[in-house]
Amino acid sequence: MKILVIEDDVPSATYMAKGLEESGHAIDLAHDGKTGLLLAATNDYDVLVVDRMLPGLDGLSVVKTLRATGNATPVLFLSALGQVDNRVEGLKAGGDDYLVKPYAFSELLARIEALARRGAAAGEGEVQVTSLRYADLGMDLLSRRVERDGRRIDLQPREFKLLEVLLRHAGQVMTRTMLLEKVWDYRFDPQTNIIDVHISRLRQKIDKGFDVPLIHTVRGAGYSLRAPDGTP
Amino acid sequence: MRRTALLRSSTFRLTLAYLAVFGLSALVLLSFVYGASVTFMERQVMATIDAEVQGLREQYQTGGLAALARTIAFRAESDHNSGSVYVLFDTAGNVLAGNLDEPPAGRITDEGWLSFTRASDGKPVLAQAFLVDGRAHLLVGRTIEDKRDTQRLIRNAVFLGGAVMLVLGAAGGLVLSRWTLARLEAVNRTTTRIMGGDLGQRIAVKGGGDEFDELALNLNAMLERIEQLVAGMREVTDNVAHDLRTPLTRLRARIEVGLMGPLDPATARTVLEDTVNDAETLIATFDALLNIARAEAGEQRASWERVALREICRDVVDLYAPLAEDRHMTLVLRPGPDAAVAGNRHMLAQALANLVDNAIKYAPEGGRIEVGVGAGPPPVVEVADNGPGIPTHLRERALERFVRLAPDRTGPGNGLGLSLVKAVARLHGAALDLDDNRPGLVVRLRFQAPAGRILPSDGRPAEAIAAS
Repeated sequence: MKILVIEDDVPSATYMAKGLEESGHAIDLAHDGKTGLLLAATNDYDVLVVDRMLPGLDGLSVVKTLRATGNATPVLFLSALGQVDNRVEGLKAGGDDYLVKPYAFSELLARIEALARRGAAAGEGEVQVTSLRYADLGMDLLSRRVERDGRRIDLQPREFKLLEVLLRHAGQVMTRTMLLEKVWDYRFDPQTNIIDVHISRLRQKIDKGFDVPLIHTVRGAGYSLRAPDGTP
Repeated sequence: MRRTALLRSSTFRLTLAYLAVFGLSALVLLSFVYGASVTFMERQVMATIDAEVQGLREQYQTGGLAALARTIAFRAESDHNSGSVYVLFDTAGNVLAGNLDEPPAGRITDEGWLSFTRASDGKPVLAQAFLVDGRAHLLVGRTIEDKRDTQRLIRNAVFLGGAVMLVLGAAGGLVLSRWTLARLEAVNRTTTRIMGGDLGQRIAVKGGGDEFDELALNLNAMLERIEQLVAGMREVTDNVAHDLRTPLTRLRARIEVGLMGPLDPATARTVLEDTVNDAETLIATFDALLNIARAEAGEQRASWERVALREICRDVVDLYAPLAEDRHMTLVLRPGPDAAVAGNRHMLAQALANLVDNAIKYAPEGGRIEVGVGAGPPPVVEVADNGPGIPTHLRERALERFVRLAPDRTGPGNGLGLSLVKAVARLHGAALDLDDNRPGLVVRLRFQAPAGRILPSDGRPAEAIAAS
């Protein structure tokens, strides 16, 4: 995946680039808004990571300019400004996601990959799905039924929603914050890792009694629905 | 006190300005008195002259010019000091009778009023002139040195009085300025000392209850408040230093120890993973502090929306139900009506989550936690448990930053949970009560939105929304 990182703090940009390269992505770096805008406009990227505070042209203006020229590359804003207002501002300017510093690298990686998928899916056109399937796990969104390997599994409404989000992002890492956002629609950090408890509940029903577990813990990052053979 | 400071003081300037206004009005008054008295005296002189003329006219009508000359000569003779002036002279300027040696210099009008200076003694004279028979001029008048004296008197009064007033006013202004400057100097000296770092200083109060005392009392009250805030801030800083320094020291020690010996990949991995965990704890504490600071700054109201309290209660109960169940506790949402307030739903949910989190943390195994919404007004959200509760005298302290009432401070948590709840409550104009649940603790958020708080989205105040 090709990613452009526009970040003026050189050490953190370098670390980010190294981490992303190690995760198998190709990275371009820009340390100011103008260079970043030029690179973004002349190359084809899968995701742009844009710091809000940049020397010269600030991050918001870069993205506004890109959007005005019809460039729809997914954008992840990075910011030290955490207020809700700033987040809303960023999303209004054309950003697709917003991450507040200091962030965990795993959180950044997970969000970048989620954005890249979404960008690719949008390219193929919106498809109304009525069922989701991954490996031997199937979910019918209309009758709200879940079965694995032909066996019917009963889920609570919230467990159903949690599994649906994991299925929609199968193969990707979903962080706890992302799950709280997508399943409960809240953005805050609970004092206790409450998501872990929900996942372990879901695991009891999805993986218990089967030889191959599907829900995997990604250390220091979050969870991922993945089959051992790596089927996407 | 420097003299220039005294002269530049606002009291002195005010005194000068007042002096100018007062002097001007005195001047206006005196000139009116002067004008009135001069006019009055002139009129009296004219009336006297008119009476004399009347007598002379009768003489002339009965005895002709000769009788007139006789009468004039007689009157001039008998009048030495009363200041009357009579003179009859022919057209050639020869005096026929009277007490003037020669006609006054200059052209003499045939009829009417004129004033001149008597040549013999230089006294001013006001006189009426007549032409008699076309052959002789008659002047009847009176000296008017009285009028001149009055003029001089008033002028002197103006000059002398003005000078005295100026001197007294300036002196009074200086005294007044010295006095106010001295009182203000006391305030200035104290504030300078306070700026120098001694926050304990207070401005002296004279006790007379005047406006300077009032100012001093208000400033002292303000200083009291600032001192409290600074003390609170210092405590927070100390706590931050402690609660961030401890994990930072641990983190650093771990890395240093790891670097001491040869590192095999497995150990290196463990060290690094533990380091990441430490960093995560640090960031979480930091985030919690930032969230509190943000809520306390209270600058986010622009993005507020209508928040259904029951909905976030349901979500939080839903979020924490599995955790409570794992600990064999019952977590339920009490049935009841819904209520809505203006606010930030993420922050309100976090506050509620912190309360439920705490209840689960401290309630005994098999405990019962109830979340309830009261429609009010005012709308209320409460979280009640049947755990150990918090003794009355510790409840205030429980809301402070980094305060953990559990004596060992080893369990999970950073002591910021309730502080955040308090900050979010204050941001939303809600009162936060900790109360006895007999047994256990009940925490209530009572939304008493102050009247007139405007919801930006549709312009309705929060209370209107709460009631709808």
